[in-house]
Amino acid sequence: MGINFSLMAVLTLVLVAFAGVKFMGLQMFFGVVAPYAAMALFFTGVIWRVLKWAESPVPFRIPTTAGQQKSLPWIKSNGLDNPSTKAGVIGRMALEILLFRSLFRNTKLEYREGPRIAYEWEKWLWLASLLFHYSFLVVFVRHLRFFTEPIPFFVQGLETVDSLFQVGLPTLYLSDLAFIAAVTYLFIRRIIIPQVKYISLPADYFPLMLIFTIGATGIIMRYVTKVDVISIKQLTMGLVTFHPVIPQGIGELFFVHVFLVSILFAYFPFSKLMHAPGVFLSPTRNMPNDSRIVRHVNPWNYPVPVHTYAEYEDHFRDKMIEAGLPVEKE
Amino acid sequence: MAKIPKASEMAATLSHIPPQTGWMDTPTEFKQGRWCYGAKAKNMEVLGLPNPRDWSPTDADWKLPSNWKEIILEGLRERIGRFRSLRLFMDICVRCGACADKCHFFIGSGDPKNMPVLRAELLRSVYRKEFTTAGKILGKLAGGRELTEEVFKEWFYYFFQCTECRRCSVFCPYGIDTAEITIIARELLNLVGCNIDWIAGPVANCYQNGNHLGIQPHAFKDMIEFFVDEIEALNGIRIEPTFNRKGAEILFITPSGDVFADPGTYTLMGYLMLFHEIGLDYTWSTYASEGGNFGFFTSHEMMKRLNAKMYAEAKRLGVKWILGGECGHMWRVVNQYMDTMNGPADFLEEPVSPITGTKFDSAKGTKMLHLVEFTADLIRNGKLKLDPSRNDHLNVTFHDSCNPARGMGLFEEPRYVIQNVCNNFHEMPPNTIREQTFCCGSGSGLNTDEFLDMRMRGGLPRANAVKHVHDMFGVNTLSTICAIDRAVLPPLMDYWVPGVGVAGVHEMVGNALVMEGETERTTDMRGEPLAGMEDSEDEDI
Ligand code: HEM
Ligand code: SF4
Ligand code: SF4
Repeated sequence: MGINFSLMAVLTLVLVAFAGVKFMGLQMFFGVVAPYAAMALFFTGVIWRVLKWAESPVPFRIPTTAGQQKSLPWIKSNGLDNPSTKAGVIGRMALEILLFRSLFRNTKLEYREGPRIAYEWEKWLWLASLLFHYSFLVVFVRHLRFFTEPIPFFVQGLETVDSLFQVGLPTLYLSDLAFIAAVTYLFIRRIIIPQVKYISLPADYFPLMLIFTIGATGIIMRYVTKVDVISIKQLTMGLVTFHPVIPQGIGELFFVHVFLVSILFAYFPFSKLMHAPGVFLSPTRNMPNDSRIVRHVNPWNYPVPVHTYAEYEDHFRDKMIEAGLPVEKE
Repeated sequence: MAKIPKASEMAATLSHIPPQTGWMDTPTEFKQGRWCYGAKAKNMEVLGLPNPRDWSPTDADWKLPSNWKEIILEGLRERIGRFRSLRLFMDICVRCGACADKCHFFIGSGDPKNMPVLRAELLRSVYRKEFTTAGKILGKLAGGRELTEEVFKEWFYYFFQCTECRRCSVFCPYGIDTAEITIIARELLNLVGCNIDWIAGPVANCYQNGNHLGIQPHAFKDMIEFFVDEIEALNGIRIEPTFNRKGAEILFITPSGDVFADPGTYTLMGYLMLFHEIGLDYTWSTYASEGGNFGFFTSHEMMKRLNAKMYAEAKRLGVKWILGGECGHMWRVVNQYMDTMNGPADFLEEPVSPITGTKFDSAKGTKMLHLVEFTADLIRNGKLKLDPSRNDHLNVTFHDSCNPARGMGLFEEPRYVIQNVCNNFHEMPPNTIREQTFCCGSGSGLNTDEFLDMRMRGGLPRANAVKHVHDMFGVNTLSTICAIDRAVLPPLMDYWVPGVGVAGVHEMVGNALVMEGETERTTDMRGEPLAGMEDSEDEDI
C-alpha cells in the first residue's frame, strides 16, 4: 500500500508541474511562488519543530553508555563512546553526525539450526546512508553555482574534484552516480528485507521516491535534454535577489525538478526528515555520563510521598527491639 | 510455572519472517507464558495507585475507568511536555531497521512487534494520530492509529515484553532508546491501574518493609546471621555485622535477593568476608535494605519514592558515604537518576577508601560507590591476599548486565576483579558482551514464572553465547554482578546450556580471599570440593 501510494503521489506531482507549465502557462507559480512558499515553510517549520523539542526539558541524564566509564585513574575510559566531559560529547556527536558511528555498529542476525546464532557483518546500510548523505551534500553545494555570482571558489573546487572521471561531455559527476546508487539501494533494501518492509510506512517510501525523482530529473536535464543553463541561472538569481523573472525558453522538466525540490523542502519539517536537526538534541547521545560527579537538575522534580524511617520504626518497633536492633524511640 | 516447550522444540519452531498481514491489522493474541499477572488491589492500595482492583489480562473486561482514554491521552500529553527524549523519539525515527534484530525478545520470539522500532511504533502510531497534524488528517496513511481498547491491551502485552535493556539504543543512528519509550508507556499503563503484580508486589513490599521481598527487620538480621554461621563453618572465622548502626563510616546497600536465595546468598557471604577481612567500618540497614528498585519499572515517580530511602537512611545514620552491592538496575538508578531525584547529598562526603586512601572522584556527586570499583581498588593496591587457585574448579565467563553496561559503563572493573580471583576466564563473542551485551531476558520486573516462555526466548541470545564458550573452552560458570541475573540465569542455563552454573563476582572473591586466622578450606562456599581437594573430601567422610 505504501509503495503504490507513494509512487502515485510522486507521479501526480510530476504531472501537475508538467501540465501546469505546458498547458496552463503556470511558470510563475512553479518557478517562483512554489519555491518561495516552500522555503518559508521549511524555515518556519524547522525552527518551530526544534523549538517545540527544546521546550520539553531533559529531566534526567540518560546517555547510552557504549564504552568504559571514567572511574579509577588506572582504568582506561572510553571518552568517545562514554564521554564524561563536554569535549568528549562533542567528539561523540561529531562521530555520530559526520560518520554515523552508531549505524556503523550494525550487524545482521543469522539464525541457524542448533540453534546457532550469529551476528554477521552488515555495513551496507551504513555505507549507503553515508554515501547518500555526502553525495546529497555535494550536489547541494554544487547547486550554489546557480545562486551565486561570482561563483565561490569552493563550489568550483568541488566541481573539479567531483568530475575526476572525465567521462563524456558534459563531465559525469561522481556525486550523481553515488546519489542515485545510494537512494536506489536504500529503496531496494526497504522492499526486499522482510523486517524492514514490515515496518515501512508510506512516509518511508515517499521521500525516497521523491528524492530519486529529483535526482533523475536533474540528471536528465544535465546529460540528456541539455537545458539552457544561462536562462535558468537568470531565474535562480532572480529568486535569491528577490527580483523574480521567468526567462523564455526553459523546458517543462526544469519546472518539474524545481517543484519536486519545493515539495521536499515543504515536507521536510513535518516528516521523519527532521532526524537531521533531531540528532543534535538526542539526550542519549549529547550528554556526558557524569551524573555521579555533578548533579543534573530536573526542573519539574516534585516532592513525592515516601515511607519515612519514623513510620517504619513505628510499624516494627517491638520486633526490632526484640531482635536487638537499635531504635530511635524506646 | 507456565508449561513451555522443550528447548529443541522452541528453537526449531522459531522463525523471524513477519506475517502477511500488516502489523496494524494483526490482532494481538495473549500467548501462554508471554504475559504477566495483573497487579493485585492490595498492593496498589499500599502505594495509593489509581484504579486498584483484582483483574487478569486475559479477562475481556479489564475494569478500566470509563474515561480511561482521556486519562491516557492527557498523560501522554503531559509526558511529551516533560521529556524531550519522548517527544524527540516520537518524531525522528526513520524506520531504517538497524535496531530491528538487536532485541533479544525479537531474536528469541520472532514476533515482529518485538522489534524495538515496532514496539515504539505501537505508541508512536497513537501519538501521530492524536498529536500531529498529518496524523489527524491522514490517519492511517500517515501511520496514525486510534487508541482503542485493543491497542491499549497490545501496549500492555508488548511493553511488558521489553526489559528496558537499551541494547537497541546502542545501534540507533539517533540514539532512540526504546527502553525510555517503554518506561514512559508503563507509566501510562499505570495511570489506569495496569501494572503487573510481579512489579507491584515487590514495590509495595519495598515501600513498607524496606525491601522487595518483604523481609521484616528482625528476619533480615536473622538471615544475615545465618550466613555468618555458614562462613564460620567454612573457615572458622566469626564475623560480626552490624545493623542500623549510627556513626558507622559507610552504609552498605545491596539487593535483598542476595539475602534470600542462592546463588545470590553466596555473593552475600563474599561481601561479609571481604568487609570483615579489611576491617571496614560499615553497617547494614533494615530500612534501606533494598538496592534494587522495582519502582523504576513502574514510573519515574515510584522510582523516586523507593530510592529516597537510601539518602534518608544515610543521613539518619550519619555515615560518610554509601557503598552499593552487585545489582543491575540499581546502578542505572544510582548513576542516572538518584542525585537528580533525591539529591543533593550534601550531608555526605566524597567517597574515600579507608583502606587504600583512594579518593573516588567519579562518585563525588552521588557519594555512592559500586562495590566492584571499591574491590578493584583494593586489589590494585595489594590490600587483599588472594588465592585464585581456590576458584580453579570454575571455568568462568562474564555476563555484562544491561544496566551497569549501557546505563553506566562498568566494564573493566569486574573483569579486573575476576581475573585476579580466578585463573580460568574466557570472554563470550564480542557482539554479545560489553555495550552489546544481551539481556538475561527477565529484567525490568519480568522475572516471574508465568512469563517463563518469553524469558527463555529472551534469554536465548545470551545463552547461545554462553554455549559457545561452554563448547569451546569448557566454561562452567557464568559470573555476573546483578541479583536478578543470579536468580534468573540458573533456569536459563538449565534450559539452553545445562552444565553451566551462575555466580556473583564477590562469591568468587570470597572463595579466593585468604583470611587472617582461617582454617584450611577444602570446599568453596557451596560445599563443592576445591580443585585438587576432591580426595581430601572423601577422607573426611
Ligand atoms: C547524524 C546525522 C544523520 C544520520 C545518522 C542520518 C541517517 C539517515 C538514515 C539511516 C537514513 C536512511 C533512511 C532509510 O533507510 O530509508 C536517512 C535518510 C535521509 N536523511 Fe539522514 N541522517 C543524518 C542527517 C541528515 C541531514 C543533516 C540531512 C539533511 C538534509 C538528512 C537528510 C536525509 C534525507 C533527505 C534522507 C532520505 C529520505 C528517507 O530515507 O526517508 N539526514 N538518514
Ligand atoms: S534504529 Fe533508530 S531510526 Fe532506525 S528504526 Fe530503529 S529506532 Fe528507528
Ligand atoms: S530496550 Fe531491550 S528489550 Fe526493549 S526493545 Fe530495546 S532491545 Fe528490546
